[in-house]
Amino acid sequence: MNNYENLNEIQLDALREIGNIGSGNAATALSVMLQEPIDIEVPVIRVLEYEQVIESLGGPEQLLVGLMLQLGGDVTGMMMFLLKQEFAHLVLQQLMGVDFPENGELDAMAGSAIQEVGNIMAGSFVNAIGDMTGLTIDISVPDLCVDMTGAILSAPAIYYANISDKIICIEDRIGNQNMKAGTHVLMIPEEDSLEKIMNSLGLV
Amino acid sequence: MSTITVGISDLNVAKGDDVLVTYALGSCVGICLYDKVNKVAGLSHIMLPNSKSFSGAPQPYKFADTAIIQLVQKMQRMGALPNRLQAKIAGGAQMFAAKGNTSLANIGERNVQAVKEELMRLRIPIIAEDTGKNYGRTLFFSASDGIMRIKSVNRGEFSW
Repeated sequence: MNNYENLNEIQLDALREIGNIGSGNAATALSVMLQEPIDIEVPVIRVLEYEQVIESLGGPEQLLVGLMLQLGGDVTGMMMFLLKQEFAHLVLQQLMGVDFPENGELDAMAGSAIQEVGNIMAGSFVNAIGDMTGLTIDISVPDLCVDMTGAILSAPAIYYANISDKIICIEDRIGNQNMKAGTHVLMIPEEDSLEKIMNSLGLV
Repeated sequence: MSTITVGISDLNVAKGDDVLVTYALGSCVGICLYDKVNKVAGLSHIMLPNSKSFSGAPQPYKFADTAIIQLVQKMQRMGALPNRLQAKIAGGAQMFAAKGNTSLANIGERNVQAVKEELMRLRIPIIAEDTGKNYGRTLFFSASDGIMRIKSVNRGEFSW
């Protein structure tokens, strides 16, 4: 299995289930953190080319909040949370009572708040995978970048070019009763890690 | 005037008053080549330094070591003279700090290095450069005057 394209339908279903449960967990964690009810729609999980991911987020120049986490333990690779401005705005409003700045220049406090949200959401996301598979997954402290979508995605596209020019993309819509905003979660397990996940689910 | 978009791992050429554009370069590198006498412009958007570590038939426009030479050839067919070409390059940023993972932190820098080596091998001088740092760049390259214009989110616009 050297490419996400080679996943069969049953394996893709398993990934969908992982994305579903992971996103649900992440939303619950967010809800606790923000102390308000958070709704999440059933996510759409697809294996996409980077350029398709960029288009689905509003095009290459769209300003976006990117959080990158490196995975360690039984599963190595990378996970990215891509938050649209509206979502970042909701989080900052709720945690700090401030707006997401139009130019995307976050001060240190706002930056750490977003990082912490990423940390909590990613932690609960990978815990869900851990519970399903019995694998231990560690995550690094999230790395933050607010910039054009195309520029943010160049980092994983280049770093993992030897694995695949496609990516596992979990498209969530998440928010409170007043607004829902898109967030994308990208999963880039390294080759043997994806195999480990499938193995642990009995799907090889 | 028309605008010709160059995607990721793509290249193209332009003449007259056409403008080549590539959006949101992060750690990728945009290479602008120009023959100022015949006013032939070329733009390549590479993603990776070297095709040799990839098996199979890698897409040549993706790599510094295979794309730039193809751009030169394409420009030659438009009337450019290879020994008259000059280069302007941009991109190769470090988008994430990636502490503790230097191979991830250095992807942009490695791309810039590979582009410079390839341009040196082809004896094409670099006359302007806006590389590195930690932000994305959109690049416009105009065939009429060979000006490279760089736009980023919060740093205004600069022409080279």
